[in-house]
Amino acid sequence: MRHDLVLRVIAKLMMPFTLLFALYVQFHGDFGPGGGFQAGVIAAAMVILYALIYGLDQARKALPDWLVETMLAGGVLLYAGVGMAGLMLGGNFLDYFVLHADPVQGQHRGIFWVEAGVAVTVSGVMLKIFYMFAGRGRDPE
Amino acid sequence: MSLALHLPALQVVIPLISAPLAVLVRRGGWAFLIVTAASWAALAAAIALWLATADGATISYALGNWPPPWGIEYRVDRLSSFVLLLVSATAAIVLPYARASIEREIPHAQHYLFYAMFALCLTGLLGIAITGDAFNAFVFLEISSLSGYVLIALGRDRRALVAAYQYLIMGSIGATFFVIGVGLLYLMTGTLNLADMAERIGAIRESRSVLAALAFLTVGISLKLALFPLHQWLPNAYTYAPSVVTAFLAATATKVSIYLLIRFYYSVFGESFVFQKLPLPEIMLVMSIAAMFVASLVAAFQNDLKRLLAYSSVSQIGYITLGLSYDTVNGLTASLVHMFNHAVTKGGLFLFVGCAVAVAGGSSLARLSGLARVMPLTSFGIVLGGLSLIGVPGTCGFIGKWYLILAALEKGQWGLAMAVVTSSLLAVAYVWRFVETAYFREPHASLAGRKEAPPALLAPALLLAGAMLYFGLETSVSLGSAAGAAVMLMAVGK
Repeated sequence: MRHDLVLRVIAKLMMPFTLLFALYVQFHGDFGPGGGFQAGVIAAAMVILYALIYGLDQARKALPDWLVETMLAGGVLLYAGVGMAGLMLGGNFLDYFVLHADPVQGQHRGIFWVEAGVAVTVSGVMLKIFYMFAGRGRDPE
Repeated sequence: MSLALHLPALQVVIPLISAPLAVLVRRGGWAFLIVTAASWAALAAAIALWLATADGATISYALGNWPPPWGIEYRVDRLSSFVLLLVSATAAIVLPYARASIEREIPHAQHYLFYAMFALCLTGLLGIAITGDAFNAFVFLEISSLSGYVLIALGRDRRALVAAYQYLIMGSIGATFFVIGVGLLYLMTGTLNLADMAERIGAIRESRSVLAALAFLTVGISLKLALFPLHQWLPNAYTYAPSVVTAFLAATATKVSIYLLIRFYYSVFGESFVFQKLPLPEIMLVMSIAAMFVASLVAAFQNDLKRLLAYSSVSQIGYITLGLSYDTVNGLTASLVHMFNHAVTKGGLFLFVGCAVAVAGGSSLARLSGLARVMPLTSFGIVLGGLSLIGVPGTCGFIGKWYLILAALEKGQWGLAMAVVTSSLLAVAYVWRFVETAYFREPHASLAGRKEAPPALLAPALLLAGAMLYFGLETSVSLGSAAGAAVMLMAVGK
């Protein structure tokens, strides 16, 4: 879509707002609808929009395959890491109470990082699936 | 912090963490080291848990420090520690074999993903065995199944994709039925914790919703464990999957499903309800007998060794469910011990077949003709496994069948005891097909100039062959655990 000026400009304009909305959904998940899963999907949708308008190769230049795979593994590790942190600090696995001197604060802190892990993994998986489908016939099998 | 207190969590978390680590390193060699180390750590944890529950103790672990029944509980008793031991030991033996095996069967670029999937599958299977929460069991069932589909699809034959797809459809139906059953139970009892559910279900278990839940759970789990008419996904999946995947799944996936079925029957619904008020034992008896005979007969007419052994698995599952249908301590012991011994036998057999495939380039019986002259150790291993399938004394397959016959005689069912013996004769027929091709035929052209499989492949297989003999003679671990678990289940299941 090299010549569709309107699409290219609008898409570029939309992108920061999409990301902002993803972050809003991510951090407002404590109090309202939302959370890591939805935020991860929205953030991935931003990259997919970019790939649709500017081409798969451009998107892969910005977010290469190895980074996407690192995201999908890193998010799980972050989640499990929070669980292990609870274990190291003297609680059970995934124990958020011990993450802060104040148990309620500890719960906040625990869910914050777990949701961050979910968001990273979900957007990584979304992009991986998109890359694999979009790359069919071009990538070596 | 004391490690021993957290063993139930670490049992599942260590393999789980190894999966993303394997993806992060992006190199087959490193991924292999990480996942193998994790599987050995899981085995160590399983042994420790098995020892801790040997005296009949139950270990409860509250995830996130939310006490059960509100939070997710991990619960280890004699039965679950026995299954944990089986699954993690199989993984620990099979993984060293995987390295040399997938070198020949899977493209290099996918090796690290293979190990990640294997670690996830292991996580799921261990999770099902350890969790005390019905929905958590569903999640782990899906983790193990989804990674299992991927592992099967990695087979080098293009038909592996179709086989994986077939398994995906059947497995998803099974999982859906399972979750419908769990949903109905949740609706009726208001809890997902299995122990809590068992307490609350007592008064309402005659209600139609609970009966429907039992039916959905039975059919759903039976699909996963390949009970006779629901076994259609199994032969193709086992035939076309990479050798090491076949060995691992054959030894663990169906066994863990059997565990899940037993867990729901005895620990949730109660033995007196499932086996005495409902006609379930009769249904299960018919299915089991059908599996033992029909699947053995079908196996005898296969032209591919992996497929032959896959059908033999269906018939062996029949023996396991037959013991379940007796509803006696000896019957349940027979089920559990045969579950363990069959896992050892089939795991070993498929590893040996993998050795043969690595050298001969295929598993059709025609290609394997004259195998014994080229690969004497591999052929001997397959014959030994075959003897264990038949149930020859001295091999581990004998123990389960012996107890099945004992339990049948105890109930005065001479016919059933005869059925076990007769169907074992059918096993002779299909094992003989391999003996005939391997020992009495001229070597196939593709075997000319070939030698025995490399030690990296042969050593784990021989280890399992040793286990077949060991558990046939020394039964304190296998039979002891099975009998202990059976006594415990019959006591709590009233």
